[in-house]
Amino acid sequence: MSGISYKSGREPHAKEHRVVFRNVDRKGWDTSIKSYLAEGGYEQWKKALKMPRQAIIDEVKKAGLRGRGGAGFPCGVKWGFIPPNNTKPVYLICNADESEPGTFKDRYILHQDPHQLVEGMAIACFAVGASLSYIYIREEFPEAAKIVEKAIAEAHEKGFLGKNIQGSGFDLEIYVHRGAGAYICGEETGLIESLEGKRPYPRIKPPYFPAAMGLYLCPTIVNNVETLCHVKHILEIGADAWSKTGTPNNTGTRILCVSGDVQKPGYFEVEVGKVTMGEVINDLCGGLKPGRTLKAVIPGGSSAKVLRADEVFTVGRGDDARKLTIWDIPMDFDTLAACGSMAGSGGVIVIDDSRSISWVLNNINNFYAHESCGQCTPCREGSLWMKKITDRVVAGKASPTDIDTLYGVAKNIDGRTICAFGEACSWPTESFVEKFRDELVSDTRPELEGAIVNAETLTAAAGL
Amino acid sequence: MSLAVPSDLEKEIDDRITHYPVSKRSAVLPVLHLLQHHFGYLSEDAVEWTAAKLELEPIKVLEVVTFYPGFRQEAPGKYHIRVCRTLSCAMAGSYELMDSLCEKTGIDRSGVTHHHPIAVSADGKFSIEFAECLASCGFGPVCMVNDDFHEAVTDIDGLLSQYSK
Repeated sequence: MSGISYKSGREPHAKEHRVVFRNVDRKGWDTSIKSYLAEGGYEQWKKALKMPRQAIIDEVKKAGLRGRGGAGFPCGVKWGFIPPNNTKPVYLICNADESEPGTFKDRYILHQDPHQLVEGMAIACFAVGASLSYIYIREEFPEAAKIVEKAIAEAHEKGFLGKNIQGSGFDLEIYVHRGAGAYICGEETGLIESLEGKRPYPRIKPPYFPAAMGLYLCPTIVNNVETLCHVKHILEIGADAWSKTGTPNNTGTRILCVSGDVQKPGYFEVEVGKVTMGEVINDLCGGLKPGRTLKAVIPGGSSAKVLRADEVFTVGRGDDARKLTIWDIPMDFDTLAACGSMAGSGGVIVIDDSRSISWVLNNINNFYAHESCGQCTPCREGSLWMKKITDRVVAGKASPTDIDTLYGVAKNIDGRTICAFGEACSWPTESFVEKFRDELVSDTRPELEGAIVNAETLTAAAGL
Repeated sequence: MSLAVPSDLEKEIDDRITHYPVSKRSAVLPVLHLLQHHFGYLSEDAVEWTAAKLELEPIKVLEVVTFYPGFRQEAPGKYHIRVCRTLSCAMAGSYELMDSLCEKTGIDRSGVTHHHPIAVSADGKFSIEFAECLASCGFGPVCMVNDDFHEAVTDIDGLLSQYSK
């Protein structure tokens, strides 16, 4: 990375390893194709066009690239799910609907390095045989949509998109499709429905696995922005070199987005598993605010189960078993899963002792109640009831048994819905109640036990 | 139908539709975006115009308009403000930002409901609503004014002075 300098106050931290974010906040860098080509831009695309498709897929598989959008599913394996005997058109969609609370990474790629994404997408399209591709950009990124459309037009002009690209016989068109403010469009089958011009009701799997029956019921690959950018870098340095960064089964770098109660929140690209939660909070983010102590961390976007500051986690099995405090957790997919949460989308929300747990949970419940698509009854009704109960807790109008009811509602959503939103909305409540029951109960009033506190509850009770 | 769509806008819409060679229905969102951008909101006429354009029943368009928070069926102010409500911004003071913005612009949000999330100032200059996570969680509180994005908003007078005309 010699010769690169960054804007004052925006320099990467010494513990960062910039790959996808190499050009973010870089001095003298702009979003033009001229800047991109001067740094070897589209060379990997030219190289890919001369490779056998399977060789590209194999390289991505070998690199062990796991999806950066939330689920952490191996990208090359996902590509391999396209039925081998397929005769239908194949589509590739870039999921740029970034909307998991706590996550703000794709925004910088779209705004500051759009050609990196276009090149990554082009390579991925060629590998899976897609000649028509869409970037689904959330509506709240209007500037990003313009920047990416300009990048696509420039790439067209230079012959990197369009018909018979670089004389290869391969055609490719990429279009920007703007969402309209619905979180559920980040769910890949909801996104596909939205791209078909419908309400984004997620599809049931099976049979609607996108790789077999996706957009227009044809095989469709949906990948996150950051994931697709990595494809370009894997081709550039090779799977072996790429997978030497990060840790085994958690290879490469990923962007962590930190918000909440730290001195310097922000975005940091680090080798997966090479920094701990303690380093993230104390080094990358300059520590907690003065005089404050850590209360909790939501490690992978607001859907991830909360970690309590004084928990001790046992990870590994047999001789490898070890105990970790919250500060020791390496930020990777497998360890965070072993700690009962997830790395998710990389959005780390830090909560200190100045915060009311009831207030935090209520804010999260408001989000999910607003964003449930309404298709499945447990989620549509349950997300709203979780919000209503925590509204009551925050207002001082809840009784202690309301906390048990809250937990029961959450437990009845989880696993009973068409898509993972059911888990996303119930995991915060489940984990907050399991880990902070005493504090939640302390915000309730025993004298309200059995009382009907508002007309809404009375109506609902009569209806039941 | 009485929606007056200027010819250059219709040309832009027709061009957008070509991005969806497999199914015109896929163009519902982009067509609605272009109409909303021009007219400020989506009237019944806009829904019917879109349906006719894409050869769909109007209900197929209306169900999209009523689902997505990004589409409006009522006129906003000249400057429409969206304040991020979600956790990281709330921790950084977005509810306080909402209150201050309402006070300075004279907007009364007491009539706001889930189905009518937007409140407009009496003079029609500003309107405001809460939005869910605007994806700049490290730099809250965050808001948008029309298509402009503002991070770490503390100087509210300075912000509003950019929209004084």
